[in-house]
Amino acid sequence: MTSLTRADVEHLARLARLQLAPEELDHYAGQLDVILQSVARVSEVAADDIPPTSHPIPMANVFRDDVVRPGVRRDDIAAAAPAWEDDRFRVPRILDEE
Amino acid sequence: MTATHDTVPFAEAIAAFDPVLGLETHVELGTASKMFCGCPTMFGGAANTHVCPVCLGLPGSLPVVNRTAVESTIRMGLALNCRIAEWCRFARKNYFYPDMPKDYQVSQYDEPLCFDGYLDVTVETPDGPREFRVEIERVHMEEDTGKLTHAGGATGRIHGADYSLVDYNRAGIPLIEIVTKPIVGAGALAPQVARAYVTELRDLMRALGVSDVRMEEGSLRCDVNVSLSRPGEPWGTRSETKNVNSLRSVERAVLSEIERQAAVLRDGGRVIQETRHFHEDTGRSTPGRSKEQAEDYRYFPEPDLVPVAPPRDWVEQLRATLPEPPAARRARLRAEWGISDHEFQTLVNAGALDLVEQTIAAGVDSAAARKWWTGELARTANDRGVELAALGVTPQHIKRLEELVGAGSLSDSLARQVLEGIIAGEGDVDEVVASRGLAVVSDDAALLEAIDAALAEQPDVADKIRGGKVQAAGAIVGAVMKATRGQADAAKVRALLLERLGVSE
Repeated sequence: MTSLTRADVEHLARLARLQLAPEELDHYAGQLDVILQSVARVSEVAADDIPPTSHPIPMANVFRDDVVRPGVRRDDIAAAAPAWEDDRFRVPRILDEE
Repeated sequence: MTATHDTVPFAEAIAAFDPVLGLETHVELGTASKMFCGCPTMFGGAANTHVCPVCLGLPGSLPVVNRTAVESTIRMGLALNCRIAEWCRFARKNYFYPDMPKDYQVSQYDEPLCFDGYLDVTVETPDGPREFRVEIERVHMEEDTGKLTHAGGATGRIHGADYSLVDYNRAGIPLIEIVTKPIVGAGALAPQVARAYVTELRDLMRALGVSDVRMEEGSLRCDVNVSLSRPGEPWGTRSETKNVNSLRSVERAVLSEIERQAAVLRDGGRVIQETRHFHEDTGRSTPGRSKEQAEDYRYFPEPDLVPVAPPRDWVEQLRATLPEPPAARRARLRAEWGISDHEFQTLVNAGALDLVEQTIAAGVDSAAARKWWTGELARTANDRGVELAALGVTPQHIKRLEELVGAGSLSDSLARQVLEGIIAGEGDVDEVVASRGLAVVSDDAALLEAIDAALAEQPDVADKIRGGKVQAAGAIVGAVMKATRGQADAAKVRALLLERLGVSE
């Protein structure tokens, strides 16, 4: 299995809109690589008689009460948005969709 | 945009083809907070003020399911005679469109919370009411999407827009989607069956209190699938008309799609599997996206949410909270009020059932309660294109009005003017009576004065009445009513007149 490159991490960070310092890119590239290698080992042992696992912890029915809680201030969201106009997120036009 | 096809008149279309319908209805649940976070669901807040890291899809946030939303979905499933899953999961529906900040919508895929139910609906036919059983495929939970405004460009529409602006207040509001199995055999009644089904769903949800179903705010949206086939042949290709947002539009969307597809098939054409957009103004639809290539939403189990496995005792507790089903309630009320199917249907069609029931509960005689709501008020609501309940008239108003009519201080025509005043926002019954100066002239001296004046103006009529032609009295009564601007009790005027002239009936 090929390992994760620094460029891959940079790309992922941009998709997630995370600002990472150059030394962080190296740091996370190493960490993420360990995770990927570990997961890859699962496919070596997974046989047909083992059903796919969607949730590793056998747990169900985690609910919250229907109670309103304060969200985040709009100014803070606006400050973090890549583009903002008229109190809304500004996004590129969408083609061939409606 | 492609030109609209020709259409075949509905009766001809139905003579040649059998329609198959499928309805997918999305309804916003009436919870206080969103499906997976504590943001408020209230309609109409300033843009992007009902948002938090969860519904904005920020990295590291963790959604948690709203228990009330699950309960509402289970109760709706039970009311629709569904089975409730022992265990089910949420799924991510992945797509690229900025109405969801996460690039996916949390929904349910092959494990809906409720499945295999039915809803019986009644439609009016020339031969009387007919019942149809609409089978329910599934009821599942999902979250609503944000709202896009297309900006720039010449048209303000998405085509030609330079960019879009997104408000995520609606993103994450709990929705249930109710999907029918194919509805076959409705024939010419198909448009009515579709409408009756959505109407029944709305009434059911209101009765359950799981949603107040404000259709004018888009809290119920329907996607209408229609296909046609010649009798005995396999089902045809279906189209899906999206976002049909009123009861009337559901009926019109089915009807117009049957007329359109019939024209395509008659001309030897092929119905294209596509999404169509319904236009409220014309009652027609225009083609949207083609669905020839099956969509790939890359559904997979939502890893951030644990499965929902409602214990059976919880389900039974929820079953015990179900109200009387609307259909049973209607049957009971019809029997209690002792009225005909036809008269009852008039009440139902006018949306007057709750109002009449509440008016009777307030102490008004049942015939009088029905008369007010289905007469003047239903006409006004219809003229204005609003629901009866939205006129601003309440059962308490009708109660007070009836008291005044019963006491003789208002006539029916004056009472109608009072209603006009209430609808115009002039206040309650007593306020309108006072401000408009509406009261039956019950002062005998004033009435006799008006009677004498009328007799003096029409001496020939006076002579006829004296001579025993009592039916001529109408002319004098009419003149008195006119002179008092309708504020007299006609029966009383007539009695006083005859007494004045020494004539008996």
